[in-house]
Amino acid sequence: MKSFDILRQELSAGTTSCEKIAQTYLAAIDNGKHLNTFLSVFAEKARLNAVAIDKKLKSGKAGPLAGMVVSVKDVICVKDERVTCGSRILENFVSLYDATAVSRLKAADAVIIGKCNMDEFAMGSSTENSAFGRVKLPQDGARIPGGSSGGSAVAVRAGMSTTSLGSDTGGSIRQPAALTGVVGMKPTYGRVSRYGLVAFASSLDCIGPFGVCVKDVAAVLKVIAGHDENDSTSAVVPVPDYVSSLTKDIQGLRVGLPKEYYGSALNTEIREAVERKIESLRKNGANVVEVSLPSTDYCIATYYILATAEASSNLARYDGARYGYRSQNPEDLMEMYVESRTNGFGAEVKRRIMLGTYVLSAGYYDAYYKKGQIVRRLIYDDFHRAFEKVDVLITPTSPTTAFRAGEKADDPLQMYLSDIYTTSANLAGIPGISVPCGNDKQGLPIGLQVLGKHFDEATVLKVADFLETNV
Amino acid sequence: MAVTMKDVEYIAKLARLKFTEEEKQKLTHELNDILNYIDQLNKIDTSNVEPLSHVIDVKNVFREDVVKPGLTSAEALKNAPAKTEKFFKVPKVIGGKDA
Repeated sequence: MKSFDILRQELSAGTTSCEKIAQTYLAAIDNGKHLNTFLSVFAEKARLNAVAIDKKLKSGKAGPLAGMVVSVKDVICVKDERVTCGSRILENFVSLYDATAVSRLKAADAVIIGKCNMDEFAMGSSTENSAFGRVKLPQDGARIPGGSSGGSAVAVRAGMSTTSLGSDTGGSIRQPAALTGVVGMKPTYGRVSRYGLVAFASSLDCIGPFGVCVKDVAAVLKVIAGHDENDSTSAVVPVPDYVSSLTKDIQGLRVGLPKEYYGSALNTEIREAVERKIESLRKNGANVVEVSLPSTDYCIATYYILATAEASSNLARYDGARYGYRSQNPEDLMEMYVESRTNGFGAEVKRRIMLGTYVLSAGYYDAYYKKGQIVRRLIYDDFHRAFEKVDVLITPTSPTTAFRAGEKADDPLQMYLSDIYTTSANLAGIPGISVPCGNDKQGLPIGLQVLGKHFDEATVLKVADFLETNV
Repeated sequence: MAVTMKDVEYIAKLARLKFTEEEKQKLTHELNDILNYIDQLNKIDTSNVEPLSHVIDVKNVFREDVVKPGLTSAEALKNAPAKTEKFFKVPKVIGGKDA
């Protein structure tokens, strides 16, 4: 787990090269095959790209991310490579173009090394739902790494790439970052273009980075953020230099602790770990106050109405006609649709399509979908009021540390409650980051979440950077 | 609003999915569990609250209607399960079971 800073130092000292860096990661991927982190690895392309970037470095023409090797969750398109979304239905689908986030990384001279395993269509909190097998937690293979971007989190944690791109619809970057002990950020909705991100729930989906430290996450975000004409929901808001905002100066910073996030669901060790970090903020001049987000209890219910409704609509495109899996010798069009979808999707995806179809169906739309949108406004308003008083909010990222594989697999609702502290940021559209916050008694990582105002990633990153280095 | 097996069958039809009897029973149970949990939203007084569909200020985006490079038909057909030279090929549409 070397940070980008260290790699850059080694590059300028001449003790390494991009090619050597890429080869080190490729060897780690090879040695870590049992973790099931990658669904495809671009070994030769990555090595050749690294060689080309070494030449650029020598001539002084390299981009800002030269020396960085990035892995990409397999829900984000990399041209001419497969994008499976962890699903049989897209097992052989080859991307025709680069996602905007990927093309910006390439233009900044990052090397893309491969595609990471994930819960099918990003639906899950444990990376057990992949059609290609579950991802294992490096610290304890019997446990899960969180999800749905479990492969990306493990790739960074196990030294298989410097950073990784994930996607976060209800916590899918922050929760696996917490459970594996790395940094993971969900930017403001619209901060990073969703062009080339396979859609799950379009009003909630965000691409964001994982890294071993906040600074690496800041460096990646700077490159991938900003308006893109290929995504009409990408915001026309200037992108500051996030790395230079990491000043560690938190004097006078107003920090809110939403009391609803410190209730009885929270495990004691996690509470204590988070409180220790909060104490260090107080000691260094921050004003810490309790705030209230009264609609917190309704986030999961609201999320599962809206996310499944949007998913049922987005996943209607997998019909076996134009791409993806098609059932063998269907008798007619309807049989092709039904058989392709029934055999192509896994159990959790089908469950969510069913729930989403139900809440959108005639007679239930007002009771569920419209109700969900109404409560979404209450959740949004809660944050708006809180941010009139404070600059950031600090909460635990996950109510538990990494759980055992299979532990929640038979109870969808229990699995959904893994996201109890993370769905709110997606519903409100605000940025959030998870930073490591020590370990529990079993040595499993604990994560702390910093939430901020719309488009104020700079403050969120500054606070996260402070917390990362101050225990 | 309890979900019945019949509801599950109807929703499955809308969603173009097929389930075994055993799966239908399990789904009925799971959907009821999740919907019971969701029903807590009915406790909230939401009179005078407008639905929220966009969390950031988005406006419709217009551009000049000019031709820009896009995918060629060969590229668009690259991932097709069945194709002819310029078309996606599918089983018969008219006269099928659901027609």
